[in-house]
Order: sequence, then C-alpha cells, then structure tokens
Amino acid sequence: MLGRLSFADIPVDVPILVGTFAGVAVIGIAVLALITYYGKWGYLWKEWFTSVDHKRLAVMYIVLALVALARGFADAIMMRTQLALAYAGNPGYLPPHHYDQIFSAHGTIMIFFLAMAFMTGLFNLVVPLQIGARDVAFPFLNNLSFWMTAIAFILINISLFIGEFSQCGWLAYPPLSETQFSPGVGVDYYIWAVQLSGVGTLLTGVNFFVTIVKMRAPGMTWMKVPVFTWTAFCACVLIMVAFPVLTVVLGMLGLDRYLGMHFFTNDGGGNQMLYLSLIWTWGHPEVYILILPAFGVFSEVVPTFSRKPLFGYATMVYATCAIMVLSFLVWLHHFFTMGAGADVNAFFGIATMVISIPTGVKLFNWLFTMYKGRVEFHATMYWAVGFMITFTIGGMTGVMMAIPAADFVLHNSLFLIAHFHNVIIGGVYFGYVCGMNYWFPKALGFKLNEAWGKAAFWFWFVGFYVAFMPLYVLGFDGMTRRLNHYDNPAWHPWLLIAEVGAVLVFCGIACQVIQLYVSIRDRNLPQNVDVTGDPWNARSLEWSTSSPPPIYNFAITPHVHDLDAFMHDKENGIDTRGAGGPYAPIHMPKNTAAGFMVGAFSLVLGFAAIWYIWWLAAIGLIGVFATVIIRSANQDVDYYIPAEEVARIENEHSRKLMVQAAE
Amino acid sequence: MINRYLKGPARLGGLASVLLLAGCNLDVLDPKGPVGEQLKFLIVESTVAMLLVVVPTIILACYFAWKYRASNTSAEYLPKWSHSNKIEVVIWGVPSIIILFLAVITYQTCHSLDPYRPLDNEANAKPLHVEVVALDWKWLFIYPDEGIATVNQLAIPVGTPVDFVITSDSVMNSFFIPRLGSMIYAMAGMQTQLHLLASEPGDYAGESANYSGRGFSDMKFRTLAMPADQYASWVEKVRSSSDQLDNETYGKLAAPSEADPVKYYSHVAPSLFDGIVAKYNNGMVMDKNTGKMIRVQSAMSDMNMKE
Repeated sequence: MLGRLSFADIPVDVPILVGTFAGVAVIGIAVLALITYYGKWGYLWKEWFTSVDHKRLAVMYIVLALVALARGFADAIMMRTQLALAYAGNPGYLPPHHYDQIFSAHGTIMIFFLAMAFMTGLFNLVVPLQIGARDVAFPFLNNLSFWMTAIAFILINISLFIGEFSQCGWLAYPPLSETQFSPGVGVDYYIWAVQLSGVGTLLTGVNFFVTIVKMRAPGMTWMKVPVFTWTAFCACVLIMVAFPVLTVVLGMLGLDRYLGMHFFTNDGGGNQMLYLSLIWTWGHPEVYILILPAFGVFSEVVPTFSRKPLFGYATMVYATCAIMVLSFLVWLHHFFTMGAGADVNAFFGIATMVISIPTGVKLFNWLFTMYKGRVEFHATMYWAVGFMITFTIGGMTGVMMAIPAADFVLHNSLFLIAHFHNVIIGGVYFGYVCGMNYWFPKALGFKLNEAWGKAAFWFWFVGFYVAFMPLYVLGFDGMTRRLNHYDNPAWHPWLLIAEVGAVLVFCGIACQVIQLYVSIRDRNLPQNVDVTGDPWNARSLEWSTSSPPPIYNFAITPHVHDLDAFMHDKENGIDTRGAGGPYAPIHMPKNTAAGFMVGAFSLVLGFAAIWYIWWLAAIGLIGVFATVIIRSANQDVDYYIPAEEVARIENEHSRKLMVQAAE
Repeated sequence: MINRYLKGPARLGGLASVLLLAGCNLDVLDPKGPVGEQLKFLIVESTVAMLLVVVPTIILACYFAWKYRASNTSAEYLPKWSHSNKIEVVIWGVPSIIILFLAVITYQTCHSLDPYRPLDNEANAKPLHVEVVALDWKWLFIYPDEGIATVNQLAIPVGTPVDFVITSDSVMNSFFIPRLGSMIYAMAGMQTQLHLLASEPGDYAGESANYSGRGFSDMKFRTLAMPADQYASWVEKVRSSSDQLDNETYGKLAAPSEADPVKYYSHVAPSLFDGIVAKYNNGMVMDKNTGKMIRVQSAMSDMNMKE
C-alpha cells in the first residue's frame, strides 16, 4: 500500500532534523494561522496563486528563491561548522550519512531553486516591461512554470523529514548514484526534484524566447533591445538547447534505477563517462544561463547610476552572443582528469580561455561606463562595483583551471570550490541582488532601505572573501572537496577562518531580511514611495510605467525611437505613456488554477514514484493529464478591460504625477 | 590611545605572517618531484600573465568609481559619450594577446605533462610498475614485478620513474598525491595511466580526489619515497608478510570497509589487476602495448560480477 515507505524512514533519531521539523512546523502553522486569521486565503488564491500576471509571478519566484537561500545557506553553514570541528580524531557533529546529504542538497538547492528561481523572477519582472509588452507570450505556461519549480522545491524539502536525500553530490555521478551503490530513496528524490523543476525551466525558456522574438514594441529592432533583455534572450536559447540534455541524462539514470537498465552502470556495458559528458553538456551552459542575466543587470544598473549610456552597446551584444555559442564548446574542462588525450584536453582548455575574452570585454565596458560619468552610490551600485572586483578574481582562477595541466592538481580541490563560489556568489548572486534592489520599487511601488542594503553588501562582500580565500589556499594544500573530517593540522586554521566568513555572510543575509522588513514597514513614507514609476531617472521602458505597473503594463503600446527608449523620450519631451488616450479595450488572459493543479498532481506523482507507491503515482499522472486536457478544452481564458477602466487607471496615475510635480 | 588602536591590527598581522609562512609549505606549491615542479611553474607563470590584466582592472574599477563619484563635480562629465574605437581595440586586443600566450603554453603543457606520457628518464632508471585499484574505501597497490601488494601504503624509490596503471573495482575515484603532481580518475573496467617521480625522500599524503561515498574521507594512503636500499628492504618486509592476495582474500578485501589500516601481501595472484578490469568488460582487457582487447586467463574472470 505504501510501497517502500515505512515508519522507519522518518528520521526521529536525528535530533537536528527533529528540531528543524519542529521549527518548520511552528513557523508554518503560524503563517497559516495568520493567513486564516486575516482572511487572506481568497486573496492569495485569486490574486497570486492563480495569477498569470508576470509581475505577480516575478514576486512569487523571488520569494521562492529567498526561501531556498535560507535552506541552502543553512546547509552551507552546517558544513563549514562541521569542518571547523572535525579535525584530528574529532568526528564533528555530522556523520557522513547526514553530511553527504547536506552538501548534495546545498548544491542542488542553490543552483536549481535559488539561482534559477531568482533569475526567472527577474526575467518575469523586467523583460515584458522592458520590451513594451503587456505580458509574456504564454501567460498560463508562465504560471505552470512557477508551480513546477515550487513543487520541486517542496519535494526536495520533504526529503528532510521522510526518507533521505541523495548522498552523491549535486550532479549525482554514477556509478555511485546507481542502485548498486545508492539503493535508498535519496537519488530518486534528486532525480524527481530536478526533473520536475526542469519542466518549469524549459517552459520558461520557450516562453521568454517567443516573447522577446515576437512581442517587442514597434521600433525596437534587435540593436535597440536593452542589454538585460538580450542576456535573457541568450539565456533562453541556452535553456532550450541545454535543459533537454539534462532531462534525457537524468531520465537515463532513472531508467537504470527503476527498470534495471545499464546506461551508466559498471556492469552490463554501462559507461559512466557518458554520464559525465552528458551532464556537463547541460552543466556548463547552465552556469552561463545564470551569469548572462547577471551581466544584463549590471548593464542596466551601471549606466543608470553613472548617468551615462552603456559604453560599447554593440560590443556588449556581440560579446553576449559569443559567450552563448562558446559555452557549448567547453564542457570537457570539467573532466580533464578522465584520461582524454592531450589534443582533446588542449582544445577544450583553449576554448574555455577564449570565453574569458568577451567576458573581459564586458567588464571593461562597465568600467568605461563609469568613466567620465556621475556615479551615484546607491546600494545597487555597491553590488555592481563589488561584482567587478570579485568576478575578476574568479575569472582569473577559472582560466587557471582551464589549463588542463594545472587542472591536474587543482581539480576537485577546494580551489575549485573557491573558484565557482567566486563566480556564482561574486557574479550571479551579487548580480541578482543588485537587480532586486534596482527593480524592487517597480514590482511593489516602494524603495528598499538604503542603509540596510549597504550593510548587507558589506557583510556579503567581506564575508565572501573571508569564507572563500582560505579555500583557495586549502586547494593548493591538497585538500579535496566533500571531505567530512581530516587530520592535517595545516588545514585547520584556514577552515576556522572560513567559518568566520560564513558567519559574516549570515550577517549579510540577516541584513537583507531586516532590509526587507524595514522597507515594508516604512513603505508609506514619502521618501520611499515611488510615485513616478521612475525613481532612479533610468533609461529603459519599464520605468515609463507606474510602480507597480497596471495589470496591462502599457495602456498604449510605446513606440521605440532609440536605444535607451525611455531616456530618449524624456530628453525629447515625448510622453511614452501617451497619457490622455484615446484608449482602446485591452485584451488580457484570465487567471487559472490549472498551473497550480498540474503542479500539485506532479508533486503527488513525484513523491509516489520515489516511494514506489504505484497506485498514488497513477493518480498523480492521471491528474496531470486530466488537468491539461480540461484546460485545453476551456475556451473561456481571456477577457477585455474596458477602455473606460483603462482611462480611469491612467488618469489616476497622471493625477498623482501632477501632484508630485506640484510639490 | 594609539597603542589600543594598533593592537588589533598587530595581532592580525601576526596571524597573517603565520599563515603566510604556512603558505610557503603548501603541498601543491612545494612539490617533491619533476611533474609537480613543472605544474607549479605553469601555475605561477599563468597567474602572472593574467595578473597583468587583472590588477589594472581591479584598480580601474576602484579608481573610476571613486574619481567619477557624483559628489566630485570637478571631474569631467560626458553624459553622451558611449563609444571609442581606440578603447575597443585595447579591451579586445590585450586580453586576446594574453589568451594567445596562455593558449600556446596550454597546448605545450597538455603534451609535455600528459599523464599518459612516460617521463623523460634522464637517469635511465628502469621504471617501477604499480597497479592501483580503488576500492570501497581504500587503495590497493599491486607491484606486479615484485609480486607483492599493499593497502593504503605506497612505497617508491626516489629518482625512479613510477608507471601507474589505475582502475577501480567500485565507483569513480581520483588518484592523487599532491606533492608529486597530476591526478587521474580511477574507473571500473578502465585503465588510466599516470607517470610520476619523487625526487626527494619523504612521507607524502595520498588521497582520492573524487567523492566516492560514505567512507571517502578516510580513503587516504601514505606515499613513502625512500632511497633505493631502503626501498629494497621495504620490499623484503612486505615479502615477509604472512598474508597473500588470492581471489578469496581479494574478495574479502574488496568488500566495503572504512579507515583501513596498512596491509602487506607477500604474494599476489598473477594478473589479478587484469582480472579486475576484465570483469566489467566481458572478460576482456586492453593490452597496454598493442591497444588490442585480449581475453584474460585468470581465475578472476570467473569471479562473479558484483551485483
């Protein structure tokens, strides 16, 4: 009846997990009780969960990302603490069974649920507004993408309390991840969580690709597309090409585990090297999927706060496209040590280095955007400058490891860990937080607190260096990744320093939480409210709308005359909004529960398949198909906002603008 | 007053100098063999080449941000300036030149430091052959010419090239002695090769550099590099062990175990290593000299596959 699930799978004997469960349960019940007390269930359901509005989905994505950050960081600081303790015979407080799950979950959660969700949230918030569109091309799919990502994150967290998570690292290399060596449910949790979220990501890629190709405002030719949208576009191309590979390779691993096939097993003609090749065919483009939009954020932020156009726009676009293509030619650098010949290694090593040329060019472009500008140091700009310094170092260590011979002593060491955290934190995370500070008023109508934002930056910036520079040193001292304990006395002081760094980063996250709290508390203060919709005197179209924008974004589709369309209009006295009309009725998609239902049934399917509860899996699968069929048969999916309603909303905004101008 | 302010930094300075001293002793940057020496040179050389562009970039980032801060109204402000062919040439050109330089040394070192390439044998010493098997969670070293085997201890004579052939009878691992140089994966059914040489006597750490499951953290061995006479007596010591490695004892050894002590085997069943490789290849193994697949005549090939 319950497959292989029994009471013994509930880890009641692990105090850390029992405590975590109690904490999650208390907070969860408190949140549910508060929602019930204030009678907000209907509001949440109608206005958020079933919403197909890209701006609402953006907020939900970023909330999901921040929850994932909390989970992923809890894993991180537990690992750092374990390694600060587990020295010279002291086993530490995390036995390998638990520790191995933590580092596997940390990587999986940070990449798939922090970084990818944050990125998709920024796409949702910015891309349609920036290109002058009223929504994405497929609003329902957008909602479905969100729920697939959200339920996958729920599934991965269920593994904390029911069964176990994978102990095979975030990429689950076989043969370790095969049934022979990992018979438990951990790897199955990993496969299902990644596969289900992968559906969401792939749909996002298709959705935004079509949106950017088909829905740009009139006049926005390709070389007038803002750089953030360009990077989103390239990331979507990479998603569409790379994620199917991930789906296939994890599908093959699933066939090995569920049906006893032999794609990657030691025996029966399986080949583990094929898995490495395929997973990195996805995995390397994946890091560019993450970093390109971060580059896009900086390309918006630096010009805005330097009060100058972006230096070398065309170069920036070509560099982005070059990186997009090159990112598919380098995956073998993840396994130079597998024994490929010298020529093969040399090709992939040099291809990897070549990527650093367009990347370096981008960096110089941001530098020369500041050059002879008027640089205003909002918190947003702190993250941007912090990125330029940090990412440069990460790029250098990346090129070092791209030299195959050097990689023969640095591969899989803590040097590698330091390198990719250097680019993922210093590049991706700094970029997304920068973007969050920048576009927050657009999403919610008020600015984030500056002082706490700057405090968060300094803790993150210093904390990053204190936490990861020691790891570079440890890599040179021959310390490999994923160790649970060690007896080398030379490593210990460095790991203590790294622990201090992790605590500093914790303070940074705390400052971000306080920043959010203070900003929400003070949202009605006049200096925080964004009345104009253009709090930074920015350059691109998203700032021409009110904050938050009306549900239809643009009452009248804007016409684009120049790169930096909104700045052009401001300088030439053109009213981008077309205030005063005349307005026409606006065609809009209706909210739908179908995305939520598909997600819920997928969660049932995934959970049941992990535990071999086949009748329940059948219910989940039938539920998914039935929902899709019902949704497809539903003709009542759209409505019109009457012209009078549009006029009312627009005139209200115009009135506020005039009041503001009069003051 | 000043003293009070200086105390903290002075202490930090003290800590920093301790750490810097430790830095001179880092395994990878203080190699004990020619492979490691060349790798160290390569790392330093490439780092210096990149610092030529990295350091100015970081300085420029700080300098531009400071110089052109909004409050500094005396700095020049060009609100429309966004293009310069001269700057474009420099920012594409300089990184390209450095990458071209790195590409050349990459190509050269890929060949000169290819782990499969036998070392330039100046002493004309006869290379030592060692067959390495990664097991759950220990290292088995077979000395086919001496007919002996050890667990978690690798002894090698100083100044003699060592030709390793490496496989796994379990999951993927990576064979790594940081003080000597390159690592290479150990994979079931496959034989990877590695050539190292220790130029100084010493006791060097060896480890798996690829996570392999529960017992991974204790999957360590010591590499004892010793003068030829000491090595000879070490071999005698192993030969005097009462343990022998035949199919039965190998089966027991291969079962998962953690933090295993050093073991010596005075005798090894012939072609044990080939048998371990062959059991994942339908009884076939690649002949290292000809590159052809040949059938292994070993009791091991009858051994049941691990399920």
